Amino acid sequence: MAEKFDCRDAFTRTLEEMAAEEPRLVVVANDSIGSSKLGGFARKFPGRLVNVGIAEQNMVGVAAGLANGGLLPFVCAASCFLTGRALEQIKVDAAYSNANIKLCGMASGVAYGEMGPTHHSLEDLAWTRAIAGMTVIVPADPQETEQATRAVARYAGPVFLRLSRMPVPAVHPPAYRFEIGKAACLKGGDDLAIMANGTMVTVALQAAEQLESEGIHARVLNLSTIRPLDEETILCAARQAGKIITLEEHTIYGGLGGAVAEVVVQHCPVPMRILGFPGVFAPTGSAEFLLQHFHLTPEGVRLAAHQLLNQRLPDT
Amino acid sequence: MEIDLSFLRDKATEIRRRNLTMLARARIGHTGGDLSVTDILTVLYFAVLKVDPQNPDWPERDRLILSKGHCSGALYTTLAVRGFFPIQELDSFAQPLSRLGGHPNRVKVPGVETNTGPLGHGLPVAVGAALAARLQQAGWRVFAITGDGELQEGSNWEAAMCAAHQRLDNLAVVVDRNGLQQGDTTEATNRLEPLAEKWRAFGWSVREVNGHDHSQLLDAFHYLPFESGRPSCLIAHTHKGQGVSFIRDQVGWHHRTPSEAELALALEELGEVRDG
Repeated sequence: MAEKFDCRDAFTRTLEEMAAEEPRLVVVANDSIGSSKLGGFARKFPGRLVNVGIAEQNMVGVAAGLANGGLLPFVCAASCFLTGRALEQIKVDAAYSNANIKLCGMASGVAYGEMGPTHHSLEDLAWTRAIAGMTVIVPADPQETEQATRAVARYAGPVFLRLSRMPVPAVHPPAYRFEIGKAACLKGGDDLAIMANGTMVTVALQAAEQLESEGIHARVLNLSTIRPLDEETILCAARQAGKIITLEEHTIYGGLGGAVAEVVVQHCPVPMRILGFPGVFAPTGSAEFLLQHFHLTPEGVRLAAHQLLNQRLPDT
Repeated sequence: MEIDLSFLRDKATEIRRRNLTMLARARIGHTGGDLSVTDILTVLYFAVLKVDPQNPDWPERDRLILSKGHCSGALYTTLAVRGFFPIQELDSFAQPLSRLGGHPNRVKVPGVETNTGPLGHGLPVAVGAALAARLQQAGWRVFAITGDGELQEGSNWEAAMCAAHQRLDNLAVVVDRNGLQQGDTTEATNRLEPLAEKWRAFGWSVREVNGHDHSQLLDAFHYLPFESGRPSCLIAHTHKGQGVSFIRDQVGWHHRTPSEAELALALEELGEVRDG
C-alpha cells in the first residue's frame, strides 16, 4: 500500500511557511485550532490567529474586514459550518464585495463519518460554485494542496479551498505544477474518461488501472479547480474518449458531475455517469464505510465504466 | 476643532433635498430610513471621518460601513455632496446599468467599504477592519451604522461579543434607533429594549443622543472611545422620515417614495439651503 497523507498537514505547513515571508497573512478560525491543525501556526504567529469562537457568520465578515484593512485572511473551519452557516456572508461579504479572502473548508465530504449528516459537507461545492466571482478548488494530494495553497495566496479574490482529512496517497508526479483553472491528465486513454477531484482522484486511478488490465483504456483527469472549469480539457476528453464518468465525494446534485455536464451537454454531448452521494442523508457509519456503501470505490467505478461502455462484465 | 453648526445644518438639508428628489425620480428607495440616518451621516462625513474623496482607497482612512444598506440613497447623496463622485450622477440612481444600485457596492462606488443589503453584515466586517488596524498598529478608526430592527439579526451579536472580547476601542457602532422596521415598530415585532443594557452586557461602552442634534452627535464622537479598551456604542434616537412632517414616524414610508406633489411639499418644508 502506498503511504497515505492527511492533506491538512501540507496545508498548515504551507501556511506557516508563507506566513514567515508574508506579514499580511492572518488566519481566522471558529474554535477550530485543533480540527484545522493550526496548533503550529498558533505557536509561531500567536498575534496573527484570530479565533472568533463558534460564530461562523461573524468569522467570514471579520475576514472580509481584515481584507478591507489590507491583510490576507485564510479562514479555516469545518466545511459544513463554514459554508452552511455563513453562506450569505460568503456570497455578499466575500464574493459580491470581491474581498481577497481564502475560505478553507476542512473535513469536507463525509470525513466526519459517524458524526452524521449534520457534519457531512456534501453540498459545499454546489453552493460555492453557484456564486458569481468565486474560485473553487479541491486538491487531491499533499503536493497539490501545498501548491494550491500558495496559488490562492497569490490570486487576488475570494476562493473556496476544499480540504479533507481522509488520508490519501500522492497521485501526482513530482514535476506536477498546479495552476488555478487547469485540469491535470494523470493517465492517458481514449475508451472513456474518468474525471474526479479531491479524495476521489486516487479511486479513479485505481479503477482505471483495473480497467486497463481488462483492455479498457481510461483517461483520468483531476479537475481540482471546479470553478473556473477547464472546459477545453473536458471537451477534448469528450471528443476523444466519447464517454465520461465523474466521481466526487459530494452530492450528485450540482457538484463536479453537474459542472462537467453543463459543459459537455452544450458543446459535445456524450454519455455520462455521475457518481457521488445520491442525495439522501447518509446512514451511520465511518467515512470508509460510507464510501463503500455508496459504491465510491474502484470497483464501483469499474462497474459504472462497464455499464457505460455497454459491455458485459468479464468473467472473474 | 471648531465646527460650524450652521454649515452642518445646511449640508443635512441639501442632502435631504437631493435624496428625496432622487428617490422621487427613481420611484424606488427607502425614504423613511434615509431621512432618519441623514444627520448621522452628515456629521460623520463632514466633521469626523478622516477620508479623502479624491483618494477613496487611501489605506489610512477611517472606515464607515453602512450596515443598513437599504438606505443607500442617504449614503450616495452624502458621498456625492462630500465629493466622492459627481452630484449629477445621483440622477442615475437605480437606472439600468447605473453603478448606484438599490444597495451599495464597494466595487463600483467610491467610498463604499463593503457591500451591504442583507441585514447584519456590516458590524462583523467593521470588527475585521478594526482588528486589521490593531494588527498593523495603524491609526484608522472604524464606524458601523446599523438600523435598529436590523439588530434582530444574530450576526450582530456574534460581532458584538467578538469586538468586546478583542477590546476594539477603535470601533464605534451607531444605532439608528428610529423605532420602526418594515412592518411595524421594533417593539411590537421583536422587542429590542432594554437596548443600551444589552450592549453594555456585551461589554460595550454606551451613550445615547438625539440622532438629529448635530451638537450632541459631535460631542459624542469627540469623546470616542467612550472608555479605553472597550468598543463604543452610540444609540442615536431618531425619527424615520425626519424633516418631512407627513413622512415622519410613518411605518408606511419604509420603502414608499414621494410623488411629484409630495416631493414639492417636502422640499418646501425642508426649506432652501442658503448660498455659500
